[in-house]
Amino acid sequence: MLVHSRSGRWAVWTVFFVLFLPLFALPFAVIALASFATHWSGAFPSGATLTHYQDITRGESLDALTTSLVTALAASVLALVVGGWAALAADALRGRGRRLLDALFMLPVAVPSVVVGLSLLVAFSKPPLLLNGTRGIVVLAHTVLVTAFAYQSVAAAVARLDPAYEQSAASLGARPAYVLWRVKLPLLLPSLTAAAGLCFALSMGELSATMMLYPPDWLPLPVKIFGATDRGSLFSGAALAVVLMVTTLVVLLGVSRIRTRAAYR
Amino acid sequence: MSTEPGGPEAVPTSRAVRSGIRFDHVSVTYGDLTVLDALDLTVEPGEVLALLGPSGSGKTTALRAVAGFVRPSGGRVLIGGQDVTDLPPHRRGIGMVVQQYALFPHLRVDQNVAFGLKAQRTPRAAIPGRVAEALEMTGMAGYARRYPRELSGGQQQRVAIARALAIRPGVLLLDEPLSALDAQLRSGMLAELARLHRELPDVSILYVTHDQIEALTLADRIAVMDKARLQDCGTPQDLYRRPRTEFTASFVGSANLLPVRVAGEGALHFGDAVVRAAELPKGAVEGAEATMCVRPHALRLAAAGAAGGAANSLRGTVTGVQWRGSTHRLLVDAGGHEIRADVGDLRQPPAVGATVTLAFDPEDTVLLPAGVGTERPLLERV
Repeated sequence: MLVHSRSGRWAVWTVFFVLFLPLFALPFAVIALASFATHWSGAFPSGATLTHYQDITRGESLDALTTSLVTALAASVLALVVGGWAALAADALRGRGRRLLDALFMLPVAVPSVVVGLSLLVAFSKPPLLLNGTRGIVVLAHTVLVTAFAYQSVAAAVARLDPAYEQSAASLGARPAYVLWRVKLPLLLPSLTAAAGLCFALSMGELSATMMLYPPDWLPLPVKIFGATDRGSLFSGAALAVVLMVTTLVVLLGVSRIRTRAAYR
Repeated sequence: MSTEPGGPEAVPTSRAVRSGIRFDHVSVTYGDLTVLDALDLTVEPGEVLALLGPSGSGKTTALRAVAGFVRPSGGRVLIGGQDVTDLPPHRRGIGMVVQQYALFPHLRVDQNVAFGLKAQRTPRAAIPGRVAEALEMTGMAGYARRYPRELSGGQQQRVAIARALAIRPGVLLLDEPLSALDAQLRSGMLAELARLHRELPDVSILYVTHDQIEALTLADRIAVMDKARLQDCGTPQDLYRRPRTEFTASFVGSANLLPVRVAGEGALHFGDAVVRAAELPKGAVEGAEATMCVRPHALRLAAAGAAGGAANSLRGTVTGVQWRGSTHRLLVDAGGHEIRADVGDLRQPPAVGATVTLAFDPEDTVLLPAGVGTERPLLERV
C-alpha cells in the first residue's frame, strides 16, 4: 500500500502493530515462554527450566518428530508427483474435462479433513485394501489432503508458462518427454518447490484426520501435542509445539533457498 | 518413413535434409471461423518467401501449420516433397524463430544452441563444433557462456537464429522475427538475415511479417495474405510495380486507389478530371469501371495548369500536411477522394485549405479492373 504522508504512515504502522501483535505474534511468544516454564499463575510464567526440551530429546517425543517429518516428506513428494502430473496433464484439457478435474482436486479442500479421515477409515477397513492400522493410511490421508494444494499451485504456474518454449523445443526436434524434462520442469521448478513447501507445512500441522487414523506405532507430533495438553501437561506440550514450529520453519527456509536459486527471471 | 532404417525413433538428422515447402489446399478452421482458406503455395528449395499481410490475415496460421502447431482441417502440408500433415512438430525437421525469441532462460547461450542437437541425439563429440559454427554464423561466438537474460533483444534474436540453424534444418520458419526490435537494430538484422541466406543456399525460408519493408528487402517472392486468403504472389518488384489486386496495391507501397471510368481513346475519367494510364486492361470497354493505383511518391506538386507534357494532373484542396524529415506528406481532397502525396522536403509547404495541382506520369500508374481481389482468391502467379 502506498501511503505518502508522514502521519498516514504512522497511522498504518500503528494499526499494523495493534492488530498484528496480539493476533499473530503474541500467541507464539506465549507458547515459547511457556515451554521454558514450570508454573504460570501470575502475569508472567515462573520456574525457568529446560526440562521439557530435555524430555523431547529422548524417547517417544523424538519418535513423534521423526514420524511427522517422514510423513510430511512422503506426503509432499507423493502430492507433488500426483498433483503436478495432473496439473501438467490438465493443461491439455479444455472446457468440461478441465472443470471436472479442477473440481475433483478441490474436493479434499472443500471437505472437512475429519470427513476425509473418516472416509479413508471406512473405505480401507475391509479387504482387499486393508490399510486401517498401518502407517500407510496416515501418509495416504496426508497425501489426499495436500495434493489439492500441489495441483492448484502447479496448475497456476503451468498456465503462466509461455507455450513458445515448448513449441520452440518441439521444433528443434525434442520429443514430448524430452521437452518435459529439459524445458518445462526446469522452468516450473520455482513453483514446484513452493508447492512442496506448502504441502510439507500443511502436513506437519495436520491433526484432525490423523487423529482418526494413526496406528499406535506411528504417532505424529501434532497428535502428541494434543495428547500432552489434553492430559494437562501444558508446558511440555508447548515445548513440543515450539519444536514442531521451528522444524517446519527450518525446512521451509531450506526449500525457499532452492526456489531463489532456481528463479531465472 | 521408409527413409529411416531405425524405425519411428530414428533421429531426424539421419535423413537427408529436406528442403522446400508446399501448401496443398490447406485450410484451418476454428469452429465456424476460417483462419486459413484453401492455401496453395510453394516455397522452392533455397528460396525466401515472405508471407505478408495485416494481423488476422492467416499468415501466422500458415506458418504454424508447417511447424505442426495447428492441424489443418483440410489439405496437405509437404516438406521436401514428403507429406508431414500428420507428423508431430519434433519429427518435421524444421528450424523456427519466433517474435519473442523463446530462448530457454535456464540454459546458457551455448546450451540453448546445443538443445536441438542433444534432443536429436547428435553424437556428443560433434555438438561443440556445431554450436560454435552456429554462434559464429550469427556473430554471437563471444557470448556462449552468458544467460539469455544477460543479452539485449537483438543478441537474443541472434541466439534464437543460431539455435534454429544448429540443427541444419532444410526449412527455416521465421515468425515476425524482427518486430520486437527497434528500427535501427531491425535494419541491421535484415542485412544479417540476407547474408545468412546467401550462406545457406539450400534452406527454404518462410518469413512471416506484416512489415512490407522487411518483405521487399529480404524475399525472393512475396505472398500477400488478407482475410485468410492468398491475395497475390510474385517477386517484390512485380508486386510493387504491377500489383494485381487493390489490396496488394494499397498494402505494398500504400498506393492511392482512384476509382475511374474508361472513356474513349485511352482516356479515363476521375470525377471531372481526365487522366491517362500507361495501358488499359485488356477488354476494357468504354464506360467500364476501373481502379487506378498511384504511389504517393509518384505524385508531385505542379504550378496550376502547368503539369507539363503528357503528365496527368489533379486539382484538389489540401486537408493536411505532415513533415516527415526528407519528405512532406500532403493529404489532398480531390473530388471527394483523399489522395496521399509524398513530395520532397518543401521550403514552403502549402497551407491547409490551399488549392494545389498534383501531377503524375501515366507510366507510374497501374490500372486494375474494379473489385479484383475482393471477390475470389487469386492463384499463385506463374
